[in-house]
Amino acid sequence: MANILKIEHLFKNYGSVEILKDINVEIEQGDFLVLVGPSGCGKSTLLNCIAGLEPITGGSLHIGGQDMTAVSPKDRDIAMVFQSYALYPTMTVAKNITFGMKVRGVDQATQDKKLAHVAQQLQIENLLKRKPGQLSGGQRQRVAMGRALVRDPKLFLFDEPLSNLDAKLRVEMRTEIKQLHQRLGASMVYVTHDQIEAMTLATKIVVMKGGVIQQIGTPAEIYNRPANLFVADFMGSPAMNLIPAKARANGSGTDIQIAQDRGDPIVLTDTKNRDLPEDVILGVRPEDIGDAAMRSGAHMQEAECLIDIVEPAGADTYAVMQLGGKHVTARLHSETNAAPGNAQRLAFDLGKVSYFAPDTGLRLN
Amino acid sequence: MADLSVSAASPTGQSQTGKIALRWSLYTLLCLFALFYLLPLFVMLTTSLKSLDEIRTGDLISLPREVTFDAWRTAWSGACTGIQCEGVRPYFWNSVLIAIPGVAISTLLGAMNGYVVAQWRFRGANIIFSLMLFGCFIPFQVVLLPMARVLGMMGIAGTIPGLIFVHVIYGLGFTTLFFRNYYVSIPADLTKAAKVDGAGFFRIFWSIFLPLSLPIIVVTVIWQFTQIWNDFLFGVSFSQAGTQPVTVALNNIVNSTTGVKEYNVDMAAAIIAALPTLFVYVVAGKYFVRGLTAGSVKG
Repeated sequence: MANILKIEHLFKNYGSVEILKDINVEIEQGDFLVLVGPSGCGKSTLLNCIAGLEPITGGSLHIGGQDMTAVSPKDRDIAMVFQSYALYPTMTVAKNITFGMKVRGVDQATQDKKLAHVAQQLQIENLLKRKPGQLSGGQRQRVAMGRALVRDPKLFLFDEPLSNLDAKLRVEMRTEIKQLHQRLGASMVYVTHDQIEAMTLATKIVVMKGGVIQQIGTPAEIYNRPANLFVADFMGSPAMNLIPAKARANGSGTDIQIAQDRGDPIVLTDTKNRDLPEDVILGVRPEDIGDAAMRSGAHMQEAECLIDIVEPAGADTYAVMQLGGKHVTARLHSETNAAPGNAQRLAFDLGKVSYFAPDTGLRLN
Repeated sequence: MADLSVSAASPTGQSQTGKIALRWSLYTLLCLFALFYLLPLFVMLTTSLKSLDEIRTGDLISLPREVTFDAWRTAWSGACTGIQCEGVRPYFWNSVLIAIPGVAISTLLGAMNGYVVAQWRFRGANIIFSLMLFGCFIPFQVVLLPMARVLGMMGIAGTIPGLIFVHVIYGLGFTTLFFRNYYVSIPADLTKAAKVDGAGFFRIFWSIFLPLSLPIIVVTVIWQFTQIWNDFLFGVSFSQAGTQPVTVALNNIVNSTTGVKEYNVDMAAAIIAALPTLFVYVVAGKYFVRGLTAGSVKG
């Protein structure tokens, strides 16, 4: 299907400061694109550029196959939901939702019909006569979504819409947005700094840092094959363990040697990856380190590790140890017998590890 | 506040009595000040209700023995301002004709300016705003001569539109400042949302910003009305016979009478001249404080 959004070589400067550098993104009809990154990475600026609220310095931007680079926001066929909701304070909920149609001169009957439809969809029928000041945070959020939905645009834009809600409501609304996306089959671009939100919602994730795209991919790609150390560290909670190690070729595979603070270095044999440089950073997710007794598989490698801290977290228990001079977290079964100060036999799933070059931070395998 | 009430509830009777004594002496002091400030108004009112004979023989602060509204009648429609003896009435209407359009235009333009400077940032917006702010601090006297020339060139010297023009120009700095400070606290997302909704510059102003502005409009109206109504210098400089505002007429009544000084008429005329501003304060006063602080405190 045709690209709904296509951004090519987009640059954005404020004066002499480069905010966005050579952004290239494409999404297709029905995609849920999440822009994620730490604050100040330019993700909100990129969203504003897509909306047309910020002029771009260079490059081009197509929405629905049309060149929208210099088109004003109202003619881009988009709708946007803001972090602060940005509801019009003096208008009732109904007027807030229909304002856009009123401005565009849509007739009253159509307005009423669409309003009723959206209100029913979002279950805000009983709020229509209230002013935004009389609504709770979650209700305001719904109204803001209603204002976007009623437009039925080619592209929905969300600017950190959940970050003003409390934790419980955020999870609820997250699910609701996902349902909405599945039901409508609409194309969405969503900005967040929360990597869990990104993972749960997206069909495609763009990880940004310092105005530069670090990686574009499906949530699984981003999670399992991070393109560099930044992405590896940013996505996932607890974060991926990044352990300095030495790689040495060994006939059928590669020996990975990791120094331990106390005791002998541990050596794991990777039969999958070859031709690694001597100095590498081994990236391994906490869930890929488990109790040796409970794990088995082709690429499992066992080693004896000294446990420093044990953190029970209900469903899992996290064990923290020192490997290669770093804190390394392993996600163990909740009924593990690991205890602080004791050695524990752990299994490393080398089939799922990532290797990075220490100097460039780029992925090696 | 919580701390105060805790210490007030302390069990020792001594401090309790001390607190009451302190409170009462505070109230007494405040009442004395209030009386002191009300005294001129009291003297004006009572004097305006006395006959001339009573003024001459009686005490300045005594109540009138016989209340008479003759002085008010004379002040309104009979007192002489130089050679004409029509009272302050025609001048009062001049003031109304100057003040109402002057207030309306300067408030509206100030709202528009403030909206642009606060929400439609452009290169140099801060410089322009600083210059407008600077305009607030230019003394009236400095602009008299240049303004006279401008009015002459525009062909509206000595007319009521000329005076309206002067007051609008002079008030713009203040009204812009008020509205800018009010609008700057409104999140920029609101403008963005409206832009995405398809609204343009004026639509956003009319439909979203103006309805939000009641408190600051009240502040601006009070401020501008007081300024324009009470203005004497512009009024006396840029008017001619027939277009003088009430402040100028009041001066003429008081200063151009010969023979016996009619204090009661002077007082009545002064009160008439001051009534509209008083009225505006009483009607809109509660919004005044609220609006002045609205820009600084969120929510």
